[in-house]
Formats: sequence, structure tokens, C-alpha cells
Amino acid sequence: MTSTATPPVGAPQTPEEPGKGMRFVSWASNYIDERTSVSGFVKFIGRKIFPNHWSFMLGEVALYSFVVILLSGTFLTLFFQAAMTPVHYDGSYAPLKGVEMSAAMASTLDISFDIRGGLLMRQVHHWAALVFVASIGLHMLRIFFTGAFRKPREVNWIVGFLLFVLAMAEGFTGYSLPDDLLSGNGLRIIDGMVKGVPFIGTWISYLLFGGEFPGEDIVGRLYMLHIMLLPALVIGLIAVHLVLMVVNKHTQFAAPGATQKNVVGSPILPVFAGKAAGFFFLVFGVIVLVASFVSINPVWVYGPYDPSPISAGTQPDWYIGFADGMLRLIPPGWEFELWGGTWSFNIIVPIIILVLFLVVVAFYPFIEAWVTGDKREHHIADRPRNAPTRTAIGAAGVTFYAVMWAAASSDIIATHFRLAVEHVTYTLQALLILGPIIAYFVAKRICIGLQKKDREIALHGFESGRIVRMPSGEYIEVHQPLDAYERWRLVSYESYQPLMVRPNAKGKIGFWQNFRASISRWFYEDRIEPATQKELDEGSHH
Amino acid sequence: MTNEQPKRRKRGRRHPLAMVALIALGLAGTGGAYALATVPAGAETTSAVSSDLVAQGEALFAANCATCHGLALEGTEDGPSLIGVGAASVDFQVGTGRMPLAMSGPQAEVKPVQFTTEQIRALAEYVASVSPGPAIPDEEYLTGEGADLAIGGELFRINCAMCHNVAGAGGALTEGKYAPPIMGVSAAHIYEAMLTGPQNMPVFNDDNISPEDKANVIAYLKYLETTPSVGGASLGSLGPVSEGLFVWIAALGLIVGITIWLTAKSN
Amino acid sequence: MTDQHEHAAVSNRAHPEAPARSSGIAVIPTDAVANPGFPPERPRVTDLDPKVEKAQERRIIALFFVSIIGSIAAIVFYIVFPIIPGDMQSVRNNTMFVGAAIALALLAVGVGVVHWSKALMHGHDLVEERHETRGSEPTRERAAEIFTEANEESGFTRRRLLRNTLITAAVVSPLPGIVLLRDLAPIADPVPLLKHTMWAKGTRLTRDPSGTPIRAADVTLGSAFHVIPEGLNELEHGKLEEKAKAAVLLMRLKPEDLHVTPGRETWGFDGIVAYSKICTHVGCPVALYEQQTHHLLCPCHQSQFDITHEARVIFGPAKRALPQLPIAVDDEGYLVAQSDFTEPVGPSFWERVL
Repeated sequence: MTSTATPPVGAPQTPEEPGKGMRFVSWASNYIDERTSVSGFVKFIGRKIFPNHWSFMLGEVALYSFVVILLSGTFLTLFFQAAMTPVHYDGSYAPLKGVEMSAAMASTLDISFDIRGGLLMRQVHHWAALVFVASIGLHMLRIFFTGAFRKPREVNWIVGFLLFVLAMAEGFTGYSLPDDLLSGNGLRIIDGMVKGVPFIGTWISYLLFGGEFPGEDIVGRLYMLHIMLLPALVIGLIAVHLVLMVVNKHTQFAAPGATQKNVVGSPILPVFAGKAAGFFFLVFGVIVLVASFVSINPVWVYGPYDPSPISAGTQPDWYIGFADGMLRLIPPGWEFELWGGTWSFNIIVPIIILVLFLVVVAFYPFIEAWVTGDKREHHIADRPRNAPTRTAIGAAGVTFYAVMWAAASSDIIATHFRLAVEHVTYTLQALLILGPIIAYFVAKRICIGLQKKDREIALHGFESGRIVRMPSGEYIEVHQPLDAYERWRLVSYESYQPLMVRPNAKGKIGFWQNFRASISRWFYEDRIEPATQKELDEGSHH
Repeated sequence: MTNEQPKRRKRGRRHPLAMVALIALGLAGTGGAYALATVPAGAETTSAVSSDLVAQGEALFAANCATCHGLALEGTEDGPSLIGVGAASVDFQVGTGRMPLAMSGPQAEVKPVQFTTEQIRALAEYVASVSPGPAIPDEEYLTGEGADLAIGGELFRINCAMCHNVAGAGGALTEGKYAPPIMGVSAAHIYEAMLTGPQNMPVFNDDNISPEDKANVIAYLKYLETTPSVGGASLGSLGPVSEGLFVWIAALGLIVGITIWLTAKSN
Repeated sequence: MTDQHEHAAVSNRAHPEAPARSSGIAVIPTDAVANPGFPPERPRVTDLDPKVEKAQERRIIALFFVSIIGSIAAIVFYIVFPIIPGDMQSVRNNTMFVGAAIALALLAVGVGVVHWSKALMHGHDLVEERHETRGSEPTRERAAEIFTEANEESGFTRRRLLRNTLITAAVVSPLPGIVLLRDLAPIADPVPLLKHTMWAKGTRLTRDPSGTPIRAADVTLGSAFHVIPEGLNELEHGKLEEKAKAAVLLMRLKPEDLHVTPGRETWGFDGIVAYSKICTHVGCPVALYEQQTHHLLCPCHQSQFDITHEARVIFGPAKRALPQLPIAVDDEGYLVAQSDFTEPVGPSFWERVL
């Protein structure tokens, strides 16, 4: 295969006089290099190899939608007023004319109805935010199910996890800025949740809102978070995330010629940069297309925030849904007055469950590393079926999240499927526990089944559909054997086996040893090991 | 009816088609006489029509409503008393097809209207004649002329949106009941619903929301109905739930499709 | 836990010179199938046929022209579809046409660049060597050496009191910054504020949002009035803050349907009862009143309150019944409060019963 030692890009190939454009480029490159050593950077990065798989692009979707958010958001900051001073609306939307509302809401209405392209930019910004968080989620799932969080990428997993949380925070602070009825009730719920925190809740609520709810400070404070502090953190962490990815190099799926010691794919210049740049325009284009034709967050229909009215179907944006859903699933009466204080377990328990869930997600790489004791670097991405317990745990986690998320729309599920909201709630309460268990078992069995099928195909080839009648009268289906290249994918994975405990020098087995052995049994007892060369040789003699 | 071509053999009364002609003549004669005899009934004076209407209503009531509501409107096990519900209730319940109920229960669903406008009026007049109650609203409150959209909107959000949704898309109530969507409902029916508090909807009498304010609310709803959604397709006006579903299914679906195309090897 | 019970450390496949890393409980078969190496190349149509290559190039150029047209069209539409104040269709047209044109410009350029990369740029995969992430041994030794030198030259480990006082100073220095955050909220203690609302003896119940007082006779059977205290609309400051505690729902039921606990017999008037509208779960307005079932539903998390039993919780995550506002009728027939609520309204907080 060709190496990276190709002729330098851009150098004149012919002995003719270089054209004016070329001379300028040479002069400019020299000027910059003499002041910044950029040639070293070009040498380092210019022909770096990135492997090709569609699932490797999900992180890019997040990155590009973030750029779209920054661009559209900057436009909005030129017009938005993050103040809660009461004004009487005087713009072109007739049903709100003269109505008292905050300056934030009034400026949002002006952006929507009196500034050309304003509504478009608002919709681009909000749709991009939904795509941003969704693509981070999808990207995290890809990383999880292919085991790309293993050494040396554990730190990057943590960085990415922090980005996920920050993205949700950005979204929440953003949609609360217009101070409309929907987001205002969302803030009311947050205030209620904060107040339910023991000991310090009342004071945190008081400090957050600058006094009693709703106060006149919260929109301004969320604005600072939304356009300054959180984006700074996000941009900084994205930089760390990308630098780590370049240093570690990207993982790749098993393929003929791809090993732990190399990366096979396209160089940054020109192919990967071309695809990446093109993809940026495509993601941007899809977002603008959606924003041109599909309405999102019509704040004028909700009206300004007031503690008295509320809309049926009050939900947060989708990525906060799992929190709202968890609140809905708590049965009645979980609050007690004990030792002088009020313990609102109907709020404390959801908070604990959500935090625990996120903590398990954040620390999963370390849990798995402890179970396997595998301290080698891993650069070949797993096929999910080849890590059945991990995939099953992931399926259970996704189901748990999905049940909480579905619970947030329990009233809409009830009206659309002609059910009682009480029955929907009871069903989801049961599914919260049962769903992940069922998902775990189903996913694990499917993975093991697929591994068995892969092994069959590797050893005996795939069914070709041709039925042949033997001279003896027997009918057989001809199995088409795979060539070495097709087969490699099926046999190249690694399996683990449970830890064998042995007593130490004192003849004892430590608690943690035992515990680790049990967990490793749970993980790896049921396994299908890859076909070995010997088995292949035996198999081919049929 | 005459024969179109001269017959070579039979003519006049002996013609085979003569019997057909005779029957046709007879039918035309009796039908025409009937039509002539009944036409003048529509041209009578209003008072005569009203009392006719009440009588018609009574007959309709006895045939369609009394099984559940009692012949004297006193109510039975299956249906509440209609004493005092007024013409407005009848016009709303029957005019939207809710009544007669398909099944006794707390939720009266909108279904195809079973009576003509005149029959509904008849029923309404009859029920109002038995005992007075809220009346069918005057036209002036239904046209939207001179209405204040801002006040209408505020009142709608405070009194109605929590059940019917800010965009009138409907919402869930307890135990399987729901507040229906109210887009596309006639102004008269909206007024009557507010006034009479049908089924589990609270009563918004004229001391709670005055007739002028009811007109404002109706004008606001009609504005929402007739104004195009400025942002584009409204996805049912259900808010973040439908927006989230759209993002995951349509937007991300399209983008993932693009990534598959992008990373596939060129032909 | 010890390594000794695990499989023998296997040479890290990444780099033979680096120290071997334990493979833990991985199964390392002795006769694993070997990597067959790169498969034969499959050239693209554009590599083989120059006419096809030219045709694709023209297609891509056409796409770029479409993009230019799209961008220009967006500018034209911005002018041609202005917003006419009050005309909602003009807002829709502006948004849709400008947006669609921008989308076209972006998508066309995107498809063109991607197609160029896929079909025309060099089509074969290239290979790059990985290096182990850890630094080489000399580098690591030098790094450790640097820290040792710095430590010796500064005396960081040696001068213990110096080091410890420095660390303490560093830890303590952000504390004033945290204290500065106290004035995010006013000086006043929040707890008494949460325990009192605008309602007092004699405060009239008025309609939300107009503020007109309500007569008892106005509240007919099955009615639901949304109520604010008299004087709320005239407040200079704190209107929404007071409303967030004082909003009330007024309903009339048949007196025989109400189960009244001892002590509250005078809190209603002839079946007219008033309850706080602020949900005791997390504070949404609980306003979905069902006239026949007398259930009150909160739309946020579906807590349900039974008005016939003094708004006690019958479903959902709330715990406490909605506080009841004791009401009476004044000598002009208007409904008035007898006092403030007898317990804090709205969501629970730690000091609620203190």
C-alpha cells in the first residue's frame, strides 16, 4: 500500500515560471512560517489519516451544529434584550399589542415579527440546539457500543461527558431566555426542585432568582451563562477533545490491513478536509432547511410568563425530558417532616437517580477496565455483538433513559392513544424497572446469537441458495466459503474469560478479588470465542 | 309522454307504452298535488313557526333524548336532568354531535351531527320552553367585530389553555378524559360551551367572563385559526414533544443518511 | 488486587520496545487467524474512464453554480419578500424564501464538495503508523528529571512549612469570591417571605387579570374563577412575585358534596371554596378543574387533588393538599378572605414547618 511519503502539496511541478497566484501564496506562506513555525504544524497534521465509517461522523455533526449555533446565536445577541423590566409590547403581533411583558419577551417578539430573517435565525438557532444535543447523544452511544472509551481514550470520554452536560445546560439556559409561559413554567419547576433540596434549598433558590420567584434577575443571569461562561467552557473542552483525538488518533473497525499499530483511511488534505468541509455545509443546510419549513417554539402563542396561566402539554425541550419524566413517575406522598425539616423525597429521589445515572455513564470505562484488568491500548473498535454484556448494559441504560424520557410526555401519550394518564404512568413506572432488565437479556442473547452466526459463516461459509443433489440422492445447500478478506472481520475480535481466583500467599482470597471474579463471570461467562486458524483449517476440509 | 315515432300497427290506448304513460301521469299528479299542498307550510308567521318548532322539538326529544333525560327532562340513572340547561346547552351538545351520546360516560365525543339545523333549533326551543336557561348568543358576540384580541388572548391563556392548550390543540384530563381541540369549532358553539360548562368543563357564566369578553376570546381563537403559522409547519402545536420527535426521526435521520452516503466508497 | 493471578503479560502489540502491558483476562489464542493484509484495489469509474471523470467534474461545477444562485436568491428574496407589519403571511414568506434559498446554497456546495472528495480526489486509503501514547523512555526520564531538578532548586518538598502555608493560602484565596455572591439576593430572610402572601383579613377576591371584585352570587354551581387579591394589579414592584404565591382558584360545589374537616366549617360559603392555585409539588399553576368529578389536575406532573376532600392528593407526585383560603362574604356581597393562608403555599422547602 502506498505510504504517506507523497510529493509536497502545492509545490510547482513544472519548470515554467510560477503564476502570480502561486507567487503570492509562496510569499504569504513564508511570511507566516517565519513568524509562527506553521510549517511544522502543516507537516504534523496535513497528511494525518482518518478512517472512514459513517458512525465516525456523528461527533462532527455535533461540532458543526455547534458552529451553526454560534453563528445564529451571535445574530440573535444583536437584537435580544436580556432584561426583565416590564414593558408594554408595541410590535406587529396584534394579539399581544399593549400586553405587559418583560423586555426579553418583547425583544424576542420583535426578532420574530419585525426583523427580516429574525424568525429564521431564531428557528435555526433552536433547531440547531436540538440537533446538537441529539448528535452528542448518538455520538456517545457509538463510542460506548464500540468500546472506543477504552485506554487511551478514558480521559476523552470524561471530556465528552462534560460536553454533554454542558450542552444540556446551554439548551436549558437558552430556551428560558424569552421569558415566555412555557419556559417560565420550566423555571418555576426548577425553583420548586431547588427548594426541595434539604438544608440549603431555600437559600439556593433565593440567591439564584435574586429574591422570591420569579424576580427580575434570572433572565439576565441565565443570559450571562448562556452566551459567556458556558460557551467558553464548551469551546475549551471541544479544543481539548479534538486535541486528544488527534494525539490518540481515531479508532478504526477491524478490516484487512488494519491493525493496532496503524490507521488506514484518508489523509486530512485533501480528501478528509474536503468531506468534512462538505459535511459542514450539509449539516448547516439541513438545519436551515428545517428552520425554513418547520415551526419551533412559537413564543407568541404561549404569551409572556405569568404565574397564573399554563398550557396543557407543558414539557421541556427533549433533552431535559428525562428529568421531567422522572419527576412524574414518583408515586404520591413521598414527603415527610422529620427532625424539624421537610424532606421532599419526591424531589430528592429523582435528583439522586438522575445524578447516579450520569455518574455511571461517566465512570463506565473505569468499571469495565477494572473488570477486565486489560491495560493495553485499544485502537480497533469493537463490533457491538462482540462485547455482549457491554452492549446489553448499554441497551438497559438506553431503555432506562427512554422510559424516563417517555414519561415526560405522559399526558400527550394519553390523549393520542386514547388512554388514561394514570394508566400510562403506572405502565411507565413498571417499565422503569422491568424495561432495562428485559432489554438487557434480549440484547445479550441477540449479540451471542449473532456471534454464533458469524462463527458459523466463518467456518462453513454462507448459504449460497444453490441446492445440489448428490449422486447418493442427498440434497445439500452449497455453502460459499468466504475469502480471507471477508472472513477477517468475523474472526479478528478478542474475547475475555472470567477471572480465576487464586488464594494469595497467606492462603486467603480477598474480598475485592472475589467480587471482581463474580463481576467478570457475569460479564464473560457466556461467550463465543472467535474461530482460530486450526478450526478454519479443519472446517475447510469438508 | 308520447310515442316518438308513428307505430305501424297499434296506436293510442292500445299502444304497449300507453300503460307506462298512464302510470307516469298518475305519479306526477299525486306527487305534484302533495308538493303543492305542503309548500305553503314554510311561509307561515314566526310565532306560528315557533310553536310548531317547540312541538317538533318535543317530539324529537321524546324520540331521541327522553330515554336518558326523562320525558319531563327530570333526568334518569343514565342522564342528568336538563331543567335549566337552556337553549345554549342543547345547541352546543346536539349541534356538535355530542348528543345523543354513543355510550353513557363522562366524555362526550364529537361525532357526526345527527340532526338538521332546524331540528336542533326545535330541540333547543323545546328545552328552553320547559324551563329557562342560558340562551343562544347574539350574532354581535360571534362576528369578532370590534373585539380586543389582546384581552381575548389573556383570558384564553388564564381560563382555557391549561385544559385546551395555548394553541387550542387539546389536552389530557384525569381518568381517560380529555379536553378536545377547539380549532375549527364555530363561534356560537365556543360561546355556548363557555356559558354552559358542558360535561366536565367548568361553567364560565356571564358574571365570570362577560359576553364582551367571551367575544374577545372567540375573536382570539378565530385569529389563531385563520392566521398562517409564521414559522412553518406547526407539527400539531404540541410543543417540545413533537419538535423532539421530529429532530430524532426526520432531521437526524436525514443527517445520518448523509453520513452513510458520504463515507461510502464511490462507484 | 494483584496481577499475579492474571494471564502472563503479553507484549503490547502497539510498540515492541515499550514495557509490556497486562492484558488482564483477555483470551490470547496461540493460533489466532492472521491479518490477511490489504485487499486488492478496486478502482472507481472516474479513475478508469476520463469521460466519466469529466462528466462528474462538470456536475460538481454545476452544483457550485446552483449554490451561487441560491445565495444571490436569498439576497433577492430578502428584498422582494419584506415584512409588512401586521401581515403574518409576509413574515412566513420572508422566513421561508430566504431560508430555503440559503439552505439550497449550503446544500449545493456541500454535495458538490463531498462528491468531489469521493469521486475525483485520490481514492485509495493511505496508512499511518501509530505510536504508543506514552512518551519514549528517554523522554519520560528527562521529564521526571526536570521535576526533580525543579524540586531541588526550589526546595518545594524540603521546605515543608513554606509549602504547606502556600497551599493553605491558595485554598483560602477563593473564599472571599464565594462570599461576594451573597448579595445575589436581598438581605431579607427568605423564610418569612415564603410563609406569607398578600391575602389578609378583608382582602377582596378579584378576577384574574382584570382585578374586578367577585360577588358570591356570581359564582354559580360548577364555576371556576381564577382569582387574585385586590390590590395586586396596583403594586409598583413585586407583582409577579406576589401573584406566584397568591393565585387562587375559586369553585362552587353542592355543600353536601364537600367533606369538611373540623375547624374549617366556616372557610367556605354555601359550597363556594377557594384553594391556592400553586401546586404543592414544584409550583406550577394547578388549574384543570373538572366540574363533575371535582378533581383538580396539575398539567406539569399530573398531580391530582380532590376538591370534595379539601384538595387532598389522590394521584401523582405531590404530597400535601392545596392550602385552603378561608373566605367569607362582606356586607356588600363580595367575597373576601378571612385571613392569610394558614400554611405556606406552593412547593415544599426545608424550613416549611420550622
